[in-house]
Amino acid sequence: MKALKKLMDKARPSFEEGGKLHAFRSVYDGIDTFLFTPNETSRSGVHIHDSMDSKRTMIIVIIALIPCLLFGMYNAGYQHWLAAGADTFPFWELMLYGFLAVLPRLVVAYVVGLGIEFIVAQWRKEEIQEGFLVTGILIPMICPIETPLWMIAVATAFSVIFVKEVFGGTGYNIFNVALVTRAFLFFAYPAQMSGDKVFVASGKMLGLGEGIDGLTCATPLGQVATSGASNAAEVASAMTDIAGDPVSLWHMFLGLIPGSFGETSTLCILVGALILLLTGIASWRIVLSVFAGGAVMSLIAHWCATPTYPASFLSVGEQLCLGGFAFAAVFMAPDPVTSCRTNTGKYIYGFLVGVIAILIRTYNNGYPEGAMLAVLLMNALAPLIDYCVVEANIRRRLSRSKVAE
Amino acid sequence: MADKISNKQIFFNPFSKDNPVIVQVLGICSCLAVTAKLEPALVMGISVIAVLAFSNVIISLIRNTIPTNIRIIVQLVVVAALVIVVNQLLLAYAYDVSKQLSVFIGLIITNCILMGRLEAFAMGNKPWPSFLDGVGNGIGYALILVIVGFFRELLGSGTLMGFQVIPQCAYDAGYVNNGLMILPPMALIVVACVIWAHRSINKDLQEK
Repeated sequence: MKALKKLMDKARPSFEEGGKLHAFRSVYDGIDTFLFTPNETSRSGVHIHDSMDSKRTMIIVIIALIPCLLFGMYNAGYQHWLAAGADTFPFWELMLYGFLAVLPRLVVAYVVGLGIEFIVAQWRKEEIQEGFLVTGILIPMICPIETPLWMIAVATAFSVIFVKEVFGGTGYNIFNVALVTRAFLFFAYPAQMSGDKVFVASGKMLGLGEGIDGLTCATPLGQVATSGASNAAEVASAMTDIAGDPVSLWHMFLGLIPGSFGETSTLCILVGALILLLTGIASWRIVLSVFAGGAVMSLIAHWCATPTYPASFLSVGEQLCLGGFAFAAVFMAPDPVTSCRTNTGKYIYGFLVGVIAILIRTYNNGYPEGAMLAVLLMNALAPLIDYCVVEANIRRRLSRSKVAE
Repeated sequence: MADKISNKQIFFNPFSKDNPVIVQVLGICSCLAVTAKLEPALVMGISVIAVLAFSNVIISLIRNTIPTNIRIIVQLVVVAALVIVVNQLLLAYAYDVSKQLSVFIGLIITNCILMGRLEAFAMGNKPWPSFLDGVGNGIGYALILVIVGFFRELLGSGTLMGFQVIPQCAYDAGYVNNGLMILPPMALIVVACVIWAHRSINKDLQEK
């Protein structure tokens, strides 16, 4: 650590005003503050300083994401082994296979996203902002494991430029950057983002696994949407894993099902949620009300289940465990930048995210997953909700003062 | 007109400095609707040039006899008549394109650029400058349509004017057309990019 500090201090003069590498000042600054506590202190007035800055917030979110990431690796290997017809599942080989499958996607997302952030920071002569730290890890986790690398690069570049930098950088974006990346992929390259060919890795990785041709396995929600099932029993039998065995609610909760890389395991998401809620980073109001909204809407859908919409036969537990619902509820909806700021607003926002997610998923067979669209839609409405809450509060207090007169 | 502007300026200003789409932000609706392919964008552009030029001339000729109270109705009648002529011509000679453009030829009547030019220019100027103004603004509109149509067709379908442009080997290597480019939201973003580029070049247009 000391040697590193010495090296950084030695390099400092060439990055300062008039130095040779002054053009890369923000890169130096970014690396320096990433490694060490910033050196500068405020010079005027009295400031109360909390150590909970955005850098630490981001790091805690990443820690909360690690269980999902590790489980995603295991599940990627597990699904591949299952597809190959294996009977034994060697733990470390599975993990290594999943790791090799996700690593290039992580690297591409970080290189492209951080690259654009670095360039923009140089250009605007600002510090590098740490906002992409979380976005970069989220992007591979919400995409299917077989998404081509160049698509991730294009989509990441698009959403970092048009959703974040155009609005002024970290903290100013209206929409969740990682979700817009996924939405871009979903609408631009539908064949690579949904259906039955992309959710299970089929290639060989460094001699691990087997190359499997013509592998098809949709996510359980995808299977339900295309099954044409007309009662609850048929819906249950439509959901099978890649070997053809039915999927139980316990499997869905554990997450040993095909799906986007990091969002299959409700258990790991709940571990992450615990970390975020205990540290106070995610708002419990939003997380709770998303689940409440989802549960209410699933109940309504379940009561008036019709064969036109097979997904309406799913039970509340299945609706909440399947697909990206839980992931969106814990890691996407409570994003402090794009959600509501007022406490009442948070309840309304979260509840509507849950309702809309299940609504789209159930009543639009073309979109087997609605969590992404629900969060994006509510991101757009969040400022309006806040405005109404604030106005209502003003009116309430005004009317109270009139009574006092 | 306080200060007289030359015919040359009347004709060339709408190309860039006073472009109806990217500076005045008029006619965006049709700009999003017809630009998924280059060919309809081109035909739409030509149609608007023709309608705008002739309606400007006609209104300019009769500008002193139109009662002020009903001038909008008179303008609409002139534009509607010209639009029907254009529509019939397209049906006769370019049936496929006219089917792709569907209602948007008819909707030229409601295009803000037309009413804007008739009200702002043809009602107060002689026929020849009005004609130049109409052609200039029509070309300014068509220019943006073609630029947007070019990028949307190239990236969305891999073709230009219906001909394959992106080579087959790119598809074999895993390239896929961007389906979002075909959808209207992306047209909005392409128009925004054109505005972005245009304002970076013409710094005097940038808002403070």
